[in-house]
Amino acid sequence: MYTSPLREPLIRGNKNYKQVTDDVLSPMAGKPSKYWYAGITLAGIALLFGGWATFRTVFYGIGEWGLNKTIGWGWGITNFVWWVGIGHAGTFISAILLLFRQKWRTSINRSAEAMTLIAVMCAGFFPLIHMGRLLLGFYIFPYPNTRSLWVNFNSPLLWDVFAISTYFAVSLIFWYVGLIPDLGTVRDRAKTKIRKAIYGFLSFGWTGSARHWSRHETVSLILAGLAAPLVLSVHTIVSFDFATSVIPGWHTTIFPPYFVSGAIFSGFAMVLTLMIVTRKALNLEDYITLNHIESMNKVIILTGSIVGIAYLTEFFMAWYSGVEFETYAFFNRAFGPYAWAYWIMMTCNVITPQLFWFRKIRRSVLLTFIISIFVNIGMWFERFVIVVTSLHRDFLPSSWTMYKPTVVEVGLYVGTLGLFFTLFLLFIRVFPVIAVAEVKGVLKSSGEQKKITDHE
Amino acid sequence: MVMENQKFILTKKLSTLIYGMIGIGVLSLAVSFLIGTGAERIAANLLLNTYYFLALGLIGLFLVTVHTIAESGWHTSIQRIGESMGSFIPVAGILMLLLFVFGGLHLLYEWTHEDHLDEILLKKVAYLNAPFFYIRFAVYFGVWVILAHFIRKYSLLLDKSGDLKYYRKFRIFSAVFVVTLAVTSVTSSWDWLMSIDAHWFSTLYGWYVFSSMLASGTAVLIILLIALKRMGYMGHVNNEHIHDLGKYLFGFSVFWAYLWFSQYMLIWYANIPEETVYFYERHKNFSTIFYVNLILNFVIPFFALMTRNSKRGSLILLPVSVIVFIGHWLDLYQLIMPGAVGGEASGIGIPEVGITIGFVGLFLFFVFRSLAKAPLIPKNHPFYKESLEYHTQY
Repeated sequence: MYTSPLREPLIRGNKNYKQVTDDVLSPMAGKPSKYWYAGITLAGIALLFGGWATFRTVFYGIGEWGLNKTIGWGWGITNFVWWVGIGHAGTFISAILLLFRQKWRTSINRSAEAMTLIAVMCAGFFPLIHMGRLLLGFYIFPYPNTRSLWVNFNSPLLWDVFAISTYFAVSLIFWYVGLIPDLGTVRDRAKTKIRKAIYGFLSFGWTGSARHWSRHETVSLILAGLAAPLVLSVHTIVSFDFATSVIPGWHTTIFPPYFVSGAIFSGFAMVLTLMIVTRKALNLEDYITLNHIESMNKVIILTGSIVGIAYLTEFFMAWYSGVEFETYAFFNRAFGPYAWAYWIMMTCNVITPQLFWFRKIRRSVLLTFIISIFVNIGMWFERFVIVVTSLHRDFLPSSWTMYKPTVVEVGLYVGTLGLFFTLFLLFIRVFPVIAVAEVKGVLKSSGEQKKITDHE
Repeated sequence: MVMENQKFILTKKLSTLIYGMIGIGVLSLAVSFLIGTGAERIAANLLLNTYYFLALGLIGLFLVTVHTIAESGWHTSIQRIGESMGSFIPVAGILMLLLFVFGGLHLLYEWTHEDHLDEILLKKVAYLNAPFFYIRFAVYFGVWVILAHFIRKYSLLLDKSGDLKYYRKFRIFSAVFVVTLAVTSVTSSWDWLMSIDAHWFSTLYGWYVFSSMLASGTAVLIILLIALKRMGYMGHVNNEHIHDLGKYLFGFSVFWAYLWFSQYMLIWYANIPEETVYFYERHKNFSTIFYVNLILNFVIPFFALMTRNSKRGSLILLPVSVIVFIGHWLDLYQLIMPGAVGGEASGIGIPEVGITIGFVGLFLFFVFRSLAKAPLIPKNHPFYKESLEYHTQY
């Protein structure tokens, strides 16, 4: 197939198939570097902090948190939505970009999907811990029981249970199906018996026959089709948690698509944060090129601008509606006691991504890294602003109050960050961080070799 | 077969058909007045059609520009169709301006009745007032027409010389257009459509209207492409191109349904009278259209275009595109009529059908005129060859 000379190669350095395998799989075989140990130690400390906070919450109850009667949702739901949002990039990259035939996704889809799964686990932790008793978490599933107690099917919180568990299940299967051929390769290269046995088991007896490939590709495409609507449904339902209510600042019809866009926005920011470090640490610059970073930055600018338009639309509509509560809610957001959070959100989410209009900035690794952190922070504050500032001014002025997180809540958040980085660091040790088979699939059409021979 | 310098030639038969359609439109307008159709109903019909065909023009250009900045090679060889759809934008602007100036504004929009504004509308005067309305109107069309002009200009210059300098300019103007349209499509839908029900508001409204127009714009692009193919042009377009457009139609229809549901469900669930009043009116007096809208724009394209084969040929895709084209006209009908005309005075009769046929003719007249001006294939576009040798595995 012809490719225009204007397209940059997706894999640099004239690789052949063996080199691709070597480059991606060699970091798994050797001993971890000292940076890896340093990273996992830090993540482990954060995890311990989270463990302590979990213990406090379960042992003493939700009173350990800074919530009160007016502000019943604080950091917990903020973190939940933030993590679910981050968990959107993986499936967007592997499903929607697959349907759009974006070949650059092959270098990043594996780790983005792993990140998705881990982020969704971190997200799921918050509703569970907010129940106060982790062991009774199964109450949220509807099944005939001796308690004669049913879940409330009218509640979007229950829809969330279905949406997120479906999303997690499909993402997991999708990710694993993609892994199978690569696990076969790892098995074939294994030096020790135990390694061979484990990867042999995990690869489901993959032989690489034409029949296996044919089935593998069919399943991948079907799963992509199934996963594509899930990218939208999950955050749509998360937005319903707020938007079905009558609380000013929460009840607004733009929430579903705007939340989805924000989720992809924050997900890509986290992918960038992780991949910029990973490509450096594992020497994968030939696979995750500046071209890849630039493409992701374009997604950031698109989704960031959509989010920006949504903010302004909400603000305008609050005034246009003529409803005094709406108008007040938004005025209070921008100029009330939590104005600092609002302006952090506006700066990080609306202004910083606009810098990516400049090609130089889009292709600068350092600046991209910094801006991606800004977006991560901004998207956290977005949820904080939506949750806390909308609640803290009740319809009854006598209920007006403020909210401050306790050290236990901070501990839970830091704990999930620890969990996230711990699992991600383990992931890069035991699984190939780049989809080897898929990269090989685009090597001929988009590798540097092809470019040279085509246009000499 | 590829004929790279092939130009579109408007045949006598086709132009007679187009003039006939325009004739029907003018005649229906005259008949509508004679049979005593209410002025509000006529004004609403003119608004409906000017907006609808304006949006088709904008979406045509939107598809060209989006594919340009996304560097999607496959679309290159059909981009002339989108560009030609864009040629209707200034025409729609003139017609709409005439409509508003000659009484339409007063007939359609309650907020122009300055002496009878209630408490809520008084709060909105800063935005909903005639001078500011016209200023925004001028800004929208000014920006659209200027950008459309430059996009077309650089597209043609690029085609003539193959100089990448023009490609870069083409891309820059494309990006500016996409960003501009993202803002103006939303605000213009508030101005021209949402403010008909001046008390009501919904933050999703602009995106809902845009998704509706995106689906119908894609449908029109498909119809034009298949028509051109049947007339013997665009020989290089194969099933893969058609398949991609079919996927768009499927995807955008689902996306429209998603936004429809999001807006409806949230308003229904919260059950706040100020908001539900909008759907109450549509349930009560426009209940048939309320449901037909969903069937034409979601149920039919969803099931008909589900399989791969249905998207890869004109057998199913063409009728579905026509259905979606009509469906979104109806969607716009139910956005405009309940507020502008009301349940008792409105209906679908000579004014609706006839005037719409007239607009179809007018739209085709400008699209074909624009198509005839330049070679159908941009053979010097840097991605053109990708579009020519276009095959995919799925």
